[in-house]
Amino acid sequence: MRLIVNGQVGDYPEGITVRRLLEALGIEKKPVAVELNRGIVPRQELDQKLLKENDTLEIVTFVGGG
Amino acid sequence: MREDFNRYSRQILFQPIGEEGQERLSRGYALIVGCGAIGTTSASILARAGVGHLRIIDRDFLEESNLQRQDLFDEGDLKEGIPKAVAAEKKLQRINSHLHIEGIAADINPTNIEELAHGAHLILDCTDNFETRFLINDYSLKHRVPWIYAACLGSQGILMDILPGETPCLRCLLETTPPTASLPTCETAGILGPIAKVVGALQAAEAVKALTGHRDTLIRDLISIDLWQGTFQRLNVSGARSHQCPACRLGRYDFLNAKTGVIITSPCGTNSIQIVPTKGEKIGLEDLAKRLEKVGAVSYNPFLLRFRVKSLEMVVFPDGRTIVQGTQDQALAKDLYSKYIGM
Repeated sequence: MRLIVNGQVGDYPEGITVRRLLEALGIEKKPVAVELNRGIVPRQELDQKLLKENDTLEIVTFVGGG
Repeated sequence: MREDFNRYSRQILFQPIGEEGQERLSRGYALIVGCGAIGTTSASILARAGVGHLRIIDRDFLEESNLQRQDLFDEGDLKEGIPKAVAAEKKLQRINSHLHIEGIAADINPTNIEELAHGAHLILDCTDNFETRFLINDYSLKHRVPWIYAACLGSQGILMDILPGETPCLRCLLETTPPTASLPTCETAGILGPIAKVVGALQAAEAVKALTGHRDTLIRDLISIDLWQGTFQRLNVSGARSHQCPACRLGRYDFLNAKTGVIITSPCGTNSIQIVPTKGEKIGLEDLAKRLEKVGAVSYNPFLLRFRVKSLEMVVFPDGRTIVQGTQDQALAKDLYSKYIGM
């Protein structure tokens, strides 16, 4: 399945959830904000939200330094 | 034009500001929490822009490794061995002597934030830890004072305006602080100087808009920039306002009421400070050791980790409890904990 993640086109397993995508990217333990097709995915929905072909995601990792 | 506004003539020529905007800036009061790389950048821009009252709070002393990116400071300040807040006040006052500038060397926490932040029109988050950010978030919601989250690490910077009642708050996006010792810090992962400038400049621009009454132009998205990758992201977070948010919807200010965070004690008769996180999470000593071995001498076993930094030793237990040996200064111990263990 084709997804566009942070501007990069990639091939991912059919019908994965946002959580599975974060695991595939190795950032499931980091604090993140996920935008799907220009709308934020609420934190509570990250586990269930299913992705489909050509979805566009922007993922930002929160950082704490200053 | 007012004669004392001559120095701002180019800014006044910028039409959205004009003389009226300059008047508003001169009556503005911004609180800057943290005077590191972002804080020095924002403070310097706002002092030059003529924000009438700046209060800068920082608990740290200036160190040599700060000079790489914190350009309010120089080698002379380092020799004096003074707190960063004091050095910043001195330098900012030289930049603009017409302003009321206060550098306060203190650790902002639930016991003093009401007093330290009282009356501020806007809070600029330039801290190095999430604990303080969640505290600022609570204060901001309780008193309906906007704040600007800004942070950086490595070559990445992040920024978001938090406007009570309008935008999601920090707890809508992140329910609570990331697990103890789970995140890298500037002290363990390093930082590219210019990213702090980019984030600080963005933050200061947002502050100028807010203080001149141009709220409609404030950025309501979450901004993330990576200077090394050359990527710029802007996330529409408007849908993130949570109906169950404990802070902005339910009005529960857990950080302000100190139901979370760390408990700091000075064990009697010892030259040490104990810090106990209240979250009760296990921390991975092996992972922590890997991060710390780049910056100091580390040894660990399944029961504890020892880390030497400067003349002090930190002993970290798997439940996050940490003893900082060689000092009785609570603010210093909390600062080291925040920098090397993370909170």
